[in-house]
Amino acid sequence: MTTEQAHTLDELVASWRSWMERRDALSVRDVDELESHLRDRVDSLTAAGFADDEAFLIAVKRLGGIDDLSREYAAEHSGRLWKQLVLDDSARSGDGEAATSAVPFLHRANGLAVALALGVGAGIAVKATELLTGEPELVVRNIAVLVLPFLAAWFAWLRRPPVATLIGVAAAFAVVTLALNLYPFDGGSSTVTFATQNSATAVLATIGSIVALWLVTGIVEAGGVWQSDRTRMDFLRFSGEWLVYFVLIAIVGGALSGLTIAVFASIQVEIMPFIGEWVLPCGAAGAVLVAAWLVGAKQRVIENIAPVLTKVFTPLFTLMMLALIVAAVMQWNLVDGSRDLLIAFDLVLVVVVALLVYSISARDPAIPPGWFDRLQVLMLAAALVVDGIVLVAMVARTGEFGWSANKTASLGLNLILLTNLAWAAWLQVGFVRRRVPFGTIERWQTGFLPIYLGWAGIIVLAFPPVFGFV
Amino acid sequence: MRLGKDLVAAAATPVVLGILAEGESYGYAILQRIADLSGGELEWSDGMLYPLLHRLERLGHVDSEWRQSPGGRARKHYRLSVQGASTLADQRRQWSVIGGVLDQVWPGGPDDRQPRLALGLG
Repeated sequence: MTTEQAHTLDELVASWRSWMERRDALSVRDVDELESHLRDRVDSLTAAGFADDEAFLIAVKRLGGIDDLSREYAAEHSGRLWKQLVLDDSARSGDGEAATSAVPFLHRANGLAVALALGVGAGIAVKATELLTGEPELVVRNIAVLVLPFLAAWFAWLRRPPVATLIGVAAAFAVVTLALNLYPFDGGSSTVTFATQNSATAVLATIGSIVALWLVTGIVEAGGVWQSDRTRMDFLRFSGEWLVYFVLIAIVGGALSGLTIAVFASIQVEIMPFIGEWVLPCGAAGAVLVAAWLVGAKQRVIENIAPVLTKVFTPLFTLMMLALIVAAVMQWNLVDGSRDLLIAFDLVLVVVVALLVYSISARDPAIPPGWFDRLQVLMLAAALVVDGIVLVAMVARTGEFGWSANKTASLGLNLILLTNLAWAAWLQVGFVRRRVPFGTIERWQTGFLPIYLGWAGIIVLAFPPVFGFV
Repeated sequence: MRLGKDLVAAAATPVVLGILAEGESYGYAILQRIADLSGGELEWSDGMLYPLLHRLERLGHVDSEWRQSPGGRARKHYRLSVQGASTLADQRRQWSVIGGVLDQVWPGGPDDRQPRLALGLG
Protein backbone atom coordinates (compact mmCIF):
# COMPACT_ATOMS: atom_id res chain seq x y z
CA MET A 1 0.00 0.00 0.00
CA THR A 2 2.71 2.45 0.95
CA THR A 3 4.73 1.76 -2.20
CA GLU A 4 1.63 2.34 -4.27
CA GLN A 5 1.08 5.66 -2.55
CA ALA A 6 4.67 6.71 -3.07
CA HIS A 7 4.25 5.87 -6.73
CA THR A 8 1.19 8.07 -6.89
CA LEU A 9 3.04 10.97 -5.31
CA ASP A 10 5.85 10.65 -7.86
CA GLU A 11 3.27 10.68 -10.62
CA LEU A 12 1.62 13.77 -9.19
CA VAL A 13 4.97 15.50 -8.91
CA ALA A 14 5.90 14.48 -12.45
CA SER A 15 2.72 15.92 -13.91
CA TRP A 16 3.18 19.08 -11.85
CA ARG A 17 6.75 19.32 -13.16
CA SER A 18 5.75 19.00 -16.79
CA TRP A 19 3.18 21.71 -16.20
CA MET A 20 5.75 24.03 -14.63
CA GLU A 21 8.42 23.39 -17.25
CA ARG A 22 6.16 24.72 -19.95
CA ARG A 23 6.65 28.17 -18.48
CA ASP A 24 9.39 30.05 -20.31
CA ALA A 25 10.36 32.04 -17.24
CA LEU A 26 11.26 28.93 -15.24
CA SER A 27 14.38 26.99 -16.06
CA VAL A 28 14.67 23.29 -15.35
CA ARG A 29 16.90 24.04 -12.36
CA ASP A 30 14.26 26.40 -10.97
CA VAL A 31 11.67 23.65 -11.21
CA ASP A 32 14.15 21.29 -9.50
CA GLU A 33 14.40 23.75 -6.64
CA LEU A 34 10.65 24.14 -6.38
CA GLU A 35 10.20 20.36 -6.52
CA SER A 36 12.65 19.91 -3.66
CA HIS A 37 10.63 22.47 -1.71
CA LEU A 38 7.36 20.77 -2.64
CA ARG A 39 8.60 17.42 -1.42
CA ASP A 40 9.87 18.91 1.87
CA ARG A 41 6.46 20.43 2.40
CA VAL A 42 4.69 17.17 1.54
CA ASP A 43 6.94 15.29 3.96
CA SER A 44 6.11 17.60 6.84
CA LEU A 45 2.39 17.47 6.03
CA THR A 46 2.32 13.66 5.82
CA ALA A 47 4.21 13.56 9.11
CA ALA A 48 1.34 15.63 10.51
CA GLY A 49 -1.10 12.92 9.36
CA PHE A 50 -2.20 13.94 5.85
CA ALA A 51 -2.42 11.41 3.03
CA ASP A 52 0.04 11.85 0.18
CA ASP A 53 -2.40 13.28 -2.33
CA GLU A 54 -3.89 15.68 0.23
CA ALA A 55 -0.44 16.81 1.29
CA PHE A 56 0.48 17.32 -2.36
CA LEU A 57 -2.56 19.49 -3.02
CA ILE A 58 -1.86 21.65 0.01
CA ALA A 59 1.83 21.96 -0.86
CA VAL A 60 1.06 23.01 -4.44
CA LYS A 61 -1.50 25.51 -3.19
CA ARG A 62 1.02 26.99 -0.80
CA LEU A 63 3.53 27.47 -3.59
CA GLY A 64 1.19 30.09 -4.98
CA GLY A 65 -0.65 30.62 -8.25
CA ILE A 66 1.40 29.48 -11.21
CA ASP A 67 0.73 32.69 -13.14
CA ASP A 68 1.82 34.89 -10.24
CA LEU A 69 4.83 32.73 -9.69
CA SER A 70 5.97 32.71 -13.29
CA ARG A 71 5.44 36.47 -13.43
CA GLU A 72 7.76 36.84 -10.45
CA TYR A 73 10.33 34.62 -12.09
CA ALA A 74 9.95 36.55 -15.34
CA ALA A 75 10.53 39.84 -13.52
CA GLU A 76 13.77 38.46 -12.14
CA HIS A 77 14.87 36.52 -15.24
CA SER A 78 13.48 38.72 -18.00
CA GLY A 79 16.14 37.45 -20.40
CA ARG A 80 14.50 34.04 -20.40
CA LEU A 81 11.48 35.35 -22.24
CA TRP A 82 13.85 36.07 -25.12
CA LYS A 83 14.77 32.62 -26.24
CA GLN A 84 18.49 32.27 -26.26
CA LEU A 85 20.75 29.82 -27.94
CA VAL A 86 22.45 28.05 -25.05
CA LEU A 87 25.52 26.01 -25.86
CA ASP A 88 25.67 24.50 -22.40
CA ASP A 89 23.98 21.09 -22.50
CA SER A 90 23.14 21.14 -18.80
CA ALA A 91 20.17 23.38 -19.45
CA ARG A 92 18.63 21.02 -21.98
CA SER A 93 15.80 18.77 -21.06
CA GLY A 94 13.16 16.51 -22.51
CA ASP A 95 15.66 15.34 -25.04
CA GLY A 96 16.11 11.82 -23.87
CA GLU A 97 19.56 12.91 -22.72
CA ALA A 98 18.92 13.02 -19.04
CA ALA A 99 22.56 12.60 -18.08
CA THR A 100 23.96 16.09 -18.16
CA SER A 101 27.52 15.49 -17.12
CA ALA A 102 28.10 12.40 -19.26
CA VAL A 103 27.80 14.09 -22.66
CA PRO A 104 30.83 13.01 -24.69
CA PHE A 105 33.01 15.77 -26.10
CA LEU A 106 31.91 15.33 -29.71
CA HIS A 107 28.25 15.60 -28.82
CA ARG A 108 28.60 18.70 -26.68
CA ALA A 109 26.81 21.83 -27.89
CA ASN A 110 25.01 19.79 -30.55
CA GLY A 111 28.27 18.58 -32.05
CA LEU A 112 29.84 21.99 -32.56
CA ALA A 113 33.33 20.49 -32.60
CA VAL A 114 32.41 18.10 -35.42
CA ALA A 115 30.70 20.87 -37.41
CA LEU A 116 33.72 23.14 -37.03
CA ALA A 117 36.14 20.39 -38.03
CA LEU A 118 34.07 19.60 -41.13
CA GLY A 119 33.82 23.33 -41.89
CA VAL A 120 37.60 23.63 -41.77
CA GLY A 121 37.79 20.54 -43.96
CA ALA A 122 35.50 22.15 -46.54
CA GLY A 123 37.63 25.30 -46.52
CA ILE A 124 40.80 23.28 -46.98
CA ALA A 125 39.22 21.24 -49.79
CA VAL A 126 38.32 24.42 -51.68
CA LYS A 127 41.69 26.06 -51.13
CA ALA A 128 43.76 22.94 -51.79
CA THR A 129 41.99 22.32 -55.11
CA GLU A 130 42.70 25.88 -56.14
CA LEU A 131 46.37 25.69 -55.17
CA LEU A 132 46.90 22.26 -56.75
CA THR A 133 45.18 23.00 -60.06
CA GLY A 134 45.86 26.72 -60.23
CA GLU A 135 42.52 27.15 -62.00
CA PRO A 136 39.99 29.15 -59.98
CA GLU A 137 37.18 28.44 -62.45
CA LEU A 138 37.66 24.74 -61.85
CA VAL A 139 37.00 25.37 -58.17
CA VAL A 140 33.89 27.33 -59.00
CA ARG A 141 32.59 24.58 -61.31
CA ASN A 142 33.25 21.94 -58.65
CA ILE A 143 32.03 23.97 -55.70
CA ALA A 144 29.14 21.61 -54.88
CA VAL A 145 31.38 18.58 -55.21
CA LEU A 146 33.99 20.16 -52.94
CA VAL A 147 31.79 21.50 -50.15
CA LEU A 148 28.62 19.41 -49.99
CA PRO A 149 30.38 16.10 -49.15
CA PHE A 150 31.31 17.72 -45.84
CA LEU A 151 27.69 18.66 -45.26
CA ALA A 152 26.69 15.09 -46.15
CA ALA A 153 29.33 13.84 -43.69
CA TRP A 154 27.86 16.10 -41.02
CA PHE A 155 24.40 14.64 -41.60
CA ALA A 156 25.82 11.13 -41.72
CA TRP A 157 27.41 11.73 -38.31
CA LEU A 158 24.21 13.26 -36.97
CA ARG A 159 21.62 10.84 -38.37
CA ARG A 160 23.55 7.57 -38.86
CA PRO A 161 21.78 6.53 -42.07
CA PRO A 162 22.08 2.95 -43.33
CA VAL A 163 25.28 2.09 -45.19
CA ALA A 164 23.38 1.45 -48.42
CA THR A 165 22.14 5.06 -48.37
CA LEU A 166 25.67 6.35 -47.89
CA ILE A 167 26.95 4.25 -50.77
CA GLY A 168 24.15 5.52 -53.01
CA VAL A 169 24.83 9.13 -52.09
CA ALA A 170 28.57 8.68 -52.58
CA ALA A 171 27.88 7.19 -56.00
CA ALA A 172 25.77 10.22 -56.95
CA PHE A 173 28.60 12.54 -55.86
CA ALA A 174 31.08 10.48 -57.86
CA VAL A 175 28.96 10.56 -61.03
CA VAL A 176 28.54 14.35 -60.81
CA THR A 177 32.25 14.82 -60.13
CA LEU A 178 33.17 12.76 -63.18
CA ALA A 179 30.69 14.60 -65.38
CA LEU A 180 31.87 18.03 -64.28
CA ASN A 181 35.53 17.23 -64.82
CA LEU A 182 35.66 14.78 -67.71
CA TYR A 183 33.26 16.56 -70.06
CA PRO A 184 35.33 18.67 -72.50
CA PHE A 185 33.65 22.03 -71.78
CA ASP A 186 34.59 24.83 -74.12
CA GLY A 187 36.62 27.75 -72.76
CA GLY A 188 37.60 28.13 -69.16
CA SER A 189 41.33 27.54 -69.35
CA SER A 190 43.76 29.64 -67.32
CA THR A 191 41.37 32.56 -67.07
CA VAL A 192 40.25 34.07 -63.84
CA THR A 193 36.65 35.14 -64.31
CA PHE A 194 34.42 32.21 -64.95
CA ALA A 195 31.12 33.75 -65.99
CA THR A 196 32.45 35.10 -69.26
CA GLN A 197 34.91 32.33 -69.97
CA ASN A 198 33.10 29.15 -69.06
CA SER A 199 30.66 27.84 -71.64
CA ALA A 200 26.94 28.06 -71.02
CA THR A 201 26.63 24.34 -70.49
CA ALA A 202 29.40 24.47 -67.87
CA VAL A 203 27.62 27.22 -65.98
CA LEU A 204 24.35 25.30 -66.21
CA ALA A 205 26.07 22.14 -65.05
CA THR A 206 27.51 24.02 -62.07
CA ILE A 207 24.10 25.32 -61.03
CA GLY A 208 22.51 21.94 -61.67
CA SER A 209 25.17 20.18 -59.61
CA ILE A 210 24.53 22.48 -56.66
CA VAL A 211 20.78 21.81 -56.75
CA ALA A 212 21.12 18.09 -57.40
CA LEU A 213 23.76 17.44 -54.76
CA TRP A 214 21.92 19.59 -52.22
CA LEU A 215 18.86 17.39 -52.68
CA VAL A 216 21.02 14.25 -52.58
CA THR A 217 22.53 15.53 -49.34
CA GLY A 218 18.95 15.76 -48.11
CA ILE A 219 18.70 11.98 -48.44
CA VAL A 220 21.46 11.67 -45.85
CA GLU A 221 19.71 14.27 -43.68
CA ALA A 222 16.55 12.18 -43.85
CA GLY A 223 18.57 9.23 -42.57
CA GLY A 224 17.77 7.35 -45.77
CA VAL A 225 14.00 7.65 -45.26
CA TRP A 226 13.59 9.91 -48.27
CA GLN A 227 10.26 8.52 -49.44
CA SER A 228 8.43 9.90 -46.42
CA ASP A 229 6.80 13.28 -46.97
CA ARG A 230 7.50 14.12 -43.32
CA THR A 231 11.28 13.86 -43.69
CA ARG A 232 11.12 15.67 -47.03
CA MET A 233 9.24 18.53 -45.41
CA ASP A 234 11.81 18.55 -42.62
CA PHE A 235 14.59 18.88 -45.16
CA LEU A 236 12.74 21.76 -46.82
CA ARG A 237 12.47 23.45 -43.43
CA PHE A 238 16.15 22.84 -42.90
CA SER A 239 17.00 24.32 -46.30
CA GLY A 240 15.02 27.50 -45.63
CA GLU A 241 16.54 28.06 -42.23
CA TRP A 242 19.98 27.19 -43.53
CA LEU A 243 19.69 29.81 -46.28
CA VAL A 244 18.65 32.47 -43.76
CA TYR A 245 21.59 31.69 -41.49
CA PHE A 246 24.03 31.46 -44.38
CA VAL A 247 22.98 34.88 -45.66
CA LEU A 248 23.22 36.35 -42.15
CA ILE A 249 26.70 34.91 -41.71
CA ALA A 250 27.70 36.21 -45.14
CA ILE A 251 26.47 39.72 -44.35
CA VAL A 252 28.18 39.89 -40.98
CA GLY A 253 31.31 38.23 -42.37
CA GLY A 254 31.43 40.73 -45.21
CA ALA A 255 31.02 43.66 -42.84
CA LEU A 256 33.72 42.30 -40.56
CA SER A 257 36.10 41.75 -43.49
CA GLY A 258 35.50 45.31 -44.69
CA LEU A 259 36.20 46.66 -41.23
CA THR A 260 39.37 44.56 -40.97
CA ILE A 261 40.61 45.80 -44.34
CA ALA A 262 39.89 49.40 -43.35
CA VAL A 263 41.61 49.07 -39.98
CA PHE A 264 44.74 47.52 -41.52
CA ALA A 265 44.71 50.05 -44.36
CA SER A 266 44.83 52.83 -41.78
CA ILE A 267 48.21 51.47 -40.60
CA GLN A 268 49.38 51.00 -44.19
CA VAL A 269 49.07 47.23 -44.24
CA GLU A 270 47.42 45.89 -47.37
CA ILE A 271 45.48 42.74 -46.48
CA MET A 272 42.90 42.84 -49.25
CA PRO A 273 44.54 39.96 -51.19
CA PHE A 274 44.69 37.82 -48.06
CA ILE A 275 41.00 38.40 -47.34
CA GLY A 276 40.04 37.79 -50.94
CA GLU A 277 42.15 34.70 -51.52
CA TRP A 278 41.96 32.98 -48.17
CA VAL A 279 39.34 34.31 -45.79
CA LEU A 280 36.54 34.59 -48.34
CA PRO A 281 36.71 31.10 -49.91
CA CYS A 282 37.52 29.29 -46.69
CA GLY A 283 34.98 31.31 -44.71
CA ALA A 284 32.21 30.75 -47.24
CA ALA A 285 32.86 27.00 -47.35
CA GLY A 286 33.03 26.81 -43.56
CA ALA A 287 29.88 28.89 -43.19
CA VAL A 288 27.95 26.15 -45.03
CA LEU A 289 28.67 23.82 -42.14
CA VAL A 290 28.29 26.38 -39.38
CA ALA A 291 24.89 27.42 -40.76
CA ALA A 292 23.85 23.75 -40.86
CA TRP A 293 24.97 23.33 -37.26
CA LEU A 294 23.08 26.47 -36.21
CA VAL A 295 19.84 25.19 -37.74
CA GLY A 296 20.08 22.03 -35.64
CA ALA A 297 21.25 23.80 -32.50
CA LYS A 298 18.50 26.38 -32.47
CA GLN A 299 15.75 24.12 -33.75
CA ARG A 300 13.96 23.85 -30.43
CA VAL A 301 14.94 27.30 -29.26
CA ILE A 302 14.05 29.88 -31.86
CA GLU A 303 11.03 30.02 -34.10
CA ASN A 304 11.75 29.26 -37.75
CA ILE A 305 12.46 32.51 -39.52
CA ALA A 306 11.71 31.48 -43.13
CA PRO A 307 7.94 31.18 -42.49
CA VAL A 308 7.98 34.59 -40.83
CA LEU A 309 9.61 36.09 -43.92
CA THR A 310 6.98 34.27 -45.97
CA LYS A 311 4.17 35.92 -44.04
CA VAL A 312 5.75 39.33 -44.60
CA PHE A 313 6.53 38.95 -48.29
CA THR A 314 3.55 37.02 -49.64
CA PRO A 315 1.29 40.12 -49.69
CA LEU A 316 4.05 42.30 -51.16
CA PHE A 317 4.98 39.78 -53.81
CA THR A 318 1.33 39.30 -54.76
CA LEU A 319 1.00 43.07 -55.18
CA MET A 320 4.11 43.12 -57.35
CA MET A 321 2.73 40.47 -59.67
CA LEU A 322 -0.69 42.11 -59.91
CA ALA A 323 1.02 45.37 -60.83
CA LEU A 324 3.02 43.47 -63.44
CA ILE A 325 -0.15 42.01 -64.96
CA VAL A 326 -1.71 45.48 -65.16
CA ALA A 327 1.46 46.89 -66.74
CA ALA A 328 1.67 44.02 -69.22
CA VAL A 329 -1.95 44.43 -70.27
CA MET A 330 -1.57 48.21 -70.64
CA GLN A 331 1.60 48.10 -72.71
CA TRP A 332 1.82 44.53 -74.01
CA ASN A 333 5.60 44.85 -73.97
CA LEU A 334 6.47 41.69 -72.13
CA VAL A 335 6.62 40.01 -75.52
CA ASP A 336 9.39 42.30 -76.64
CA GLY A 337 11.24 41.99 -73.39
CA SER A 338 14.91 41.13 -73.09
CA ARG A 339 16.43 37.73 -73.81
CA ASP A 340 16.73 36.99 -70.10
CA LEU A 341 13.01 37.32 -69.59
CA LEU A 342 12.45 33.62 -69.13
CA ILE A 343 15.24 33.32 -66.58
CA ALA A 344 13.85 36.27 -64.66
CA PHE A 345 10.43 34.66 -64.60
CA ASP A 346 11.88 31.35 -63.53
CA LEU A 347 13.17 33.25 -60.52
CA VAL A 348 9.72 34.75 -59.95
CA LEU A 349 8.20 31.28 -59.97
CA VAL A 350 10.93 29.93 -57.68
CA VAL A 351 10.09 32.70 -55.22
CA VAL A 352 6.37 31.90 -55.48
CA VAL A 353 7.00 28.20 -54.86
CA ALA A 354 9.28 29.08 -51.93
CA LEU A 355 6.67 31.42 -50.44
CA LEU A 356 4.10 28.65 -50.78
CA VAL A 357 6.30 25.86 -49.43
CA TYR A 358 7.52 27.78 -46.39
CA SER A 359 4.08 28.90 -45.39
CA ILE A 360 2.98 25.26 -45.69
CA SER A 361 5.98 24.15 -43.65
CA ALA A 362 4.92 26.24 -40.67
CA ARG A 363 1.16 25.88 -40.93
CA ASP A 364 -0.75 23.97 -38.32
CA PRO A 365 -2.80 21.49 -40.40
CA ALA A 366 -5.65 21.62 -37.91
CA ILE A 367 -6.38 25.33 -38.34
CA PRO A 368 -9.23 26.03 -40.79
CA PRO A 369 -8.46 28.10 -43.92
CA GLY A 370 -8.20 31.84 -43.28
CA TRP A 371 -7.37 35.09 -45.06
CA PHE A 372 -3.75 34.09 -45.63
CA ASP A 373 -4.79 30.97 -47.53
CA ARG A 374 -7.08 33.06 -49.71
CA LEU A 375 -4.24 35.49 -50.32
CA GLN A 376 -2.13 32.56 -51.47
CA VAL A 377 -4.82 31.61 -53.98
CA LEU A 378 -4.56 35.14 -55.36
CA MET A 379 -0.76 34.92 -55.43
CA LEU A 380 -0.85 31.60 -57.28
CA ALA A 381 -3.43 32.86 -59.77
CA ALA A 382 -1.36 35.99 -60.45
CA ALA A 383 1.79 33.92 -60.91
CA LEU A 384 0.02 31.62 -63.36
CA VAL A 385 -1.33 34.52 -65.43
CA VAL A 386 2.06 36.28 -65.54
CA ASP A 387 3.89 33.13 -66.45
CA GLY A 388 1.31 32.23 -69.09
CA ILE A 389 1.92 35.56 -70.83
CA VAL A 390 5.69 35.13 -70.67
CA LEU A 391 5.63 31.53 -71.80
CA VAL A 392 3.54 32.19 -74.90
CA ALA A 393 5.81 35.08 -75.83
CA MET A 394 9.03 33.16 -75.26
CA VAL A 395 8.03 29.97 -77.05
CA ALA A 396 7.11 32.07 -80.08
CA ARG A 397 10.48 33.80 -80.01
CA THR A 398 12.41 30.62 -79.35
CA GLY A 399 10.87 29.33 -82.55
CA GLU A 400 12.63 32.23 -84.28
CA PHE A 401 15.99 32.02 -82.55
CA GLY A 402 16.39 28.30 -81.93
CA TRP A 403 17.00 26.32 -78.76
CA SER A 404 20.13 27.22 -76.83
CA ALA A 405 21.12 25.33 -73.68
CA ASN A 406 20.12 28.26 -71.49
CA LYS A 407 16.71 28.61 -73.08
CA THR A 408 15.99 24.90 -72.91
CA ALA A 409 17.05 24.66 -69.29
CA SER A 410 14.98 27.64 -68.22
CA LEU A 411 12.00 26.54 -70.28
CA GLY A 412 12.13 23.10 -68.67
CA LEU A 413 12.32 24.63 -65.21
CA ASN A 414 9.51 26.99 -66.09
CA LEU A 415 7.25 24.13 -67.19
CA ILE A 416 8.02 22.14 -64.05
CA LEU A 417 7.26 25.09 -61.80
CA LEU A 418 4.17 25.98 -63.81
CA THR A 419 2.83 22.45 -63.45
CA ASN A 420 3.55 22.59 -59.75
CA LEU A 421 1.82 25.95 -59.28
CA ALA A 422 -1.17 25.16 -61.49
CA TRP A 423 -2.09 22.07 -59.52
CA ALA A 424 -1.10 23.78 -56.24
CA ALA A 425 -3.52 26.60 -57.09
CA TRP A 426 -6.27 24.07 -57.77
CA LEU A 427 -5.57 22.33 -54.46
CA GLN A 428 -5.42 25.64 -52.64
CA VAL A 429 -8.85 26.62 -53.99
CA GLY A 430 -10.13 23.24 -52.83
CA PHE A 431 -8.55 23.78 -49.41
CA VAL A 432 -10.10 27.23 -49.00
CA ARG A 433 -13.47 25.69 -49.93
CA ARG A 434 -12.75 22.89 -47.44
CA ARG A 435 -12.88 20.17 -50.06
CA VAL A 436 -9.18 19.26 -49.93
CA PRO A 437 -7.38 18.25 -46.72
CA PHE A 438 -4.20 20.15 -45.91
CA GLY A 439 -2.06 17.02 -46.12
CA THR A 440 -2.72 16.76 -49.88
CA ILE A 441 -1.23 20.22 -50.45
CA GLU A 442 1.80 19.27 -48.40
CA ARG A 443 2.32 15.99 -50.25
CA TRP A 444 2.02 17.70 -53.64
CA GLN A 445 4.94 19.97 -52.78
CA THR A 446 7.17 17.33 -51.20
CA GLY A 447 6.40 15.04 -54.15
CA PHE A 448 8.12 17.54 -56.44
CA LEU A 449 11.54 17.16 -54.84
CA PRO A 450 12.49 14.12 -57.00
CA ILE A 451 11.34 16.02 -60.10
CA TYR A 452 13.64 18.95 -59.25
CA LEU A 453 16.42 16.45 -58.64
CA GLY A 454 15.72 14.78 -61.98
CA TRP A 455 15.80 18.03 -63.95
CA ALA A 456 19.00 19.15 -62.21
CA GLY A 457 20.53 15.75 -62.98
CA ILE A 458 19.56 16.05 -66.65
CA ILE A 459 21.13 19.52 -66.81
CA VAL A 460 24.38 18.21 -65.33
CA LEU A 461 24.65 14.92 -67.20
CA ALA A 462 22.70 15.22 -70.45
CA PHE A 463 22.85 18.89 -71.42
CA PRO A 464 26.60 19.23 -72.07
CA PRO A 465 26.78 16.39 -74.63
CA VAL A 466 23.43 17.31 -76.19
CA PHE A 467 24.45 20.93 -76.70
CA GLY A 468 28.00 20.12 -77.74
CA PHE A 469 29.68 21.49 -74.57
CA VAL A 470 29.27 25.07 -75.73
CA MET B 1 -3.94 39.95 11.57
CA ARG B 2 -2.55 40.09 8.06
CA LEU B 3 0.50 42.13 7.25
CA GLY B 4 0.16 44.47 4.29
CA LYS B 5 1.54 43.30 0.99
CA ASP B 6 3.96 46.20 0.55
CA LEU B 7 5.26 45.83 4.09
CA VAL B 8 5.89 42.11 3.54
CA ALA B 9 7.69 42.86 0.29
CA ALA B 10 9.85 45.50 1.98
CA ALA B 11 10.64 43.26 4.93
CA ALA B 12 11.41 40.19 2.86
CA THR B 13 14.97 41.12 1.89
CA PRO B 14 16.28 42.02 5.37
CA VAL B 15 14.48 39.05 6.93
CA VAL B 16 15.95 36.58 4.43
CA LEU B 17 19.41 38.10 4.68
CA GLY B 18 19.14 38.06 8.45
CA ILE B 19 18.21 34.38 8.50
CA LEU B 20 21.10 33.58 6.17
CA ALA B 21 23.38 35.52 8.52
CA GLU B 22 22.64 32.78 11.07
CA GLY B 23 24.19 30.25 8.68
CA GLU B 24 23.61 28.85 5.21
CA SER B 25 20.19 27.46 4.48
CA TYR B 26 17.78 26.43 1.73
CA GLY B 27 14.38 27.68 0.66
CA TYR B 28 12.10 25.44 2.67
CA ALA B 29 14.11 25.84 5.86
CA ILE B 30 14.19 29.63 5.43
CA LEU B 31 10.39 29.71 5.18
CA GLN B 32 10.08 27.47 8.24
CA ARG B 33 12.36 29.80 10.17
CA ILE B 34 10.35 32.86 9.13
CA ALA B 35 7.14 31.13 10.20
CA ASP B 36 8.69 30.23 13.57
CA LEU B 37 10.07 33.71 14.18
CA SER B 38 6.88 35.57 13.26
CA GLY B 39 4.48 33.07 14.78
CA GLY B 40 3.00 32.61 11.34
CA GLU B 41 2.21 36.31 10.90
CA LEU B 42 4.83 37.06 8.27
CA GLU B 43 3.82 34.85 5.36
CA TRP B 44 3.69 34.81 1.60
CA SER B 45 3.22 32.16 -1.08
CA ASP B 46 6.01 29.62 -0.70
CA GLY B 47 7.11 29.92 -4.31
CA MET B 48 7.69 33.66 -4.13
CA LEU B 49 10.74 33.16 -1.94
CA TYR B 50 12.72 31.70 -4.85
CA PRO B 51 12.61 34.63 -7.27
CA LEU B 52 13.70 36.76 -4.30
CA LEU B 53 16.62 34.45 -3.55
CA HIS B 54 17.59 34.51 -7.22
CA ARG B 55 17.53 38.29 -7.21
CA LEU B 56 19.73 38.41 -4.12
CA GLU B 57 22.08 35.98 -5.85
CA ARG B 58 22.23 38.09 -8.99
CA LEU B 59 22.97 41.17 -6.90
CA GLY B 60 25.79 39.24 -5.23
CA HIS B 61 24.31 39.31 -1.73
CA VAL B 62 24.18 35.52 -1.50
CA ASP B 63 26.04 32.60 -3.06
CA SER B 64 24.36 29.34 -3.91
CA GLU B 65 25.31 25.73 -4.32
CA TRP B 66 23.44 22.52 -5.08
CA ARG B 67 23.89 19.82 -2.46
CA GLN B 68 22.42 16.46 -1.61
CA SER B 69 20.43 16.32 1.59
CA PRO B 70 21.05 13.31 3.88
CA GLY B 71 17.80 11.89 2.53
CA GLY B 72 19.18 12.07 -1.02
CA ARG B 73 17.12 15.08 -2.08
CA ALA B 74 18.92 17.75 -4.11
CA ARG B 75 18.68 21.16 -2.48
CA LYS B 76 19.97 24.55 -3.47
CA HIS B 77 21.75 26.04 -0.47
CA TYR B 78 22.19 29.78 -0.08
CA ARG B 79 24.95 31.48 1.89
CA LEU B 80 25.40 35.14 2.81
CA SER B 81 28.28 36.72 0.90
CA VAL B 82 30.58 39.41 2.32
CA GLN B 83 28.73 41.99 0.28
CA GLY B 84 25.42 40.58 1.55
CA ALA B 85 26.62 41.00 5.13
CA SER B 86 27.34 44.68 4.58
CA THR B 87 23.98 45.11 2.83
CA LEU B 88 22.34 43.49 5.82
CA ALA B 89 24.12 45.85 8.22
CA ASP B 90 23.01 48.78 6.08
CA GLN B 91 19.39 47.57 6.00
CA ARG B 92 19.52 47.05 9.72
CA ARG B 93 20.48 50.69 10.25
CA GLN B 94 17.66 51.84 7.97
CA TRP B 95 15.07 49.69 9.72
CA SER B 96 16.14 50.82 13.17
CA VAL B 97 15.71 54.42 12.07
CA ILE B 98 12.18 53.65 10.94
CA GLY B 99 11.52 51.61 14.08
CA GLY B 100 12.75 54.43 16.23
CA VAL B 101 10.55 56.96 14.47
CA LEU B 102 7.48 54.72 14.71
CA ASP B 103 8.13 54.11 18.39
CA GLN B 104 8.09 57.85 18.97
CA VAL B 105 4.98 58.72 16.95
CA TRP B 106 2.95 55.86 18.42
CA PRO B 107 3.09 56.37 22.16
CA GLY B 108 1.36 53.65 24.16
CA GLY B 109 1.17 50.88 21.58
CA PRO B 110 -0.80 47.70 22.12
CA ASP B 111 2.11 45.90 23.75
CA ASP B 112 2.76 48.29 26.63
CA ARG B 113 6.06 49.87 25.74
CA GLN B 114 5.40 53.01 27.74
CA PRO B 115 8.56 52.89 29.91
CA ARG B 116 10.93 52.35 26.99
CA LEU B 117 9.28 55.05 24.91
CA ALA B 118 9.37 57.44 27.81
CA LEU B 119 13.05 56.69 28.07
CA GLY B 120 13.46 57.33 24.40
CA LEU B 121 11.57 60.61 24.60
CA GLY B 122 13.53 61.72 27.57
